[in-house]
Amino acid sequence: MSQISAPHTPPLPWSGIARWLLAVPVLLLLAYLVAFDNGAVSQAGDYLHELMHDGRHLLGVPCH
Amino acid sequence: MIAKLIVRGLLAGLLAGLLAAVFAYTAGEPHIDSAIALEEAAAASQPEAAHDHDHGEEPVVSRDGQRFGLFLALALYGTAAGGLFALAFAALRGRAGPRSEPVLALSLAGAAFVAVVLVPFLKYPANPPAVGDPETIGRRTVLYLVIVVVGLLAVAAAGAAYRLAANGPAPARWLAGGAGFLVPAGAALALMPTVDEVPAGFPATLLWDFRIASLGTQVVLWAAVGALYALATHRATRPASRPATAATPA
Repeated sequence: MSQISAPHTPPLPWSGIARWLLAVPVLLLLAYLVAFDNGAVSQAGDYLHELMHDGRHLLGVPCH
Repeated sequence: MIAKLIVRGLLAGLLAGLLAAVFAYTAGEPHIDSAIALEEAAAASQPEAAHDHDHGEEPVVSRDGQRFGLFLALALYGTAAGGLFALAFAALRGRAGPRSEPVLALSLAGAAFVAVVLVPFLKYPANPPAVGDPETIGRRTVLYLVIVVVGLLAVAAAGAAYRLAANGPAPARWLAGGAGFLVPAGAALALMPTVDEVPAGFPATLLWDFRIASLGTQVVLWAAVGALYALATHRATRPASRPATAATPA
């Protein structure tokens, strides 16, 4: 990589990143609903499970 | 600044998820249909075992609904993956990895693919419908999550080992990074329990084709996340090189 065209970017402060870590549980919940929910947690889980059935299989996550 | 990076990641992930869904629809759906046909044939020959089955007589969601759900599932999954990817990108930028932002984006996507797809796939590969015992779904899910964590730790260990050898010659750095990855990942692959629930007589070619389609779906997803994020970063970091006179004629 040419160092001239790619100057070192100053790192973003950890304090700013820490605030965005709050988004991590939300994003993980979203991934969880797609990939792992079987209706045990959410009431709509069984419907979601069946709706996203093909996606789960093709994403490679365990499915019944 | 961070918000801009995150939104970029969410959008890249959404688009990547839709691209992966197009691939999955084309390459994967025929195998799912074949597997379901086999499953229903097997269930029909054993009527007493069919009652608690997800693909029984009255499905909660029709097959067409599930084909639509494929796009929904991959769009949501891609969005979540893109957001997490962007957070990791924001944390690493300027601290670790390649200095060029597009190269960092591509490398990070490759590392994420290895950590959360390739390592788990090698131990617990994707299975089509009709493969897998519904009774063991809890255990299989836990094992799967453990191997995802192992994959993430192994990739992190590779990065840490590469950094530890930062003052050494290039071959030493790459060897350190490779060992940092292979030792934990190899140990987990060798030591974690094997799951083999392929029913007797299930066609080996169908299993293989399905697994390749599944892996391909994830390849498309992560390649697109990396490429789209790199493209957006590349465009965003060079506004000065292209004068904006076209937009504001004097």
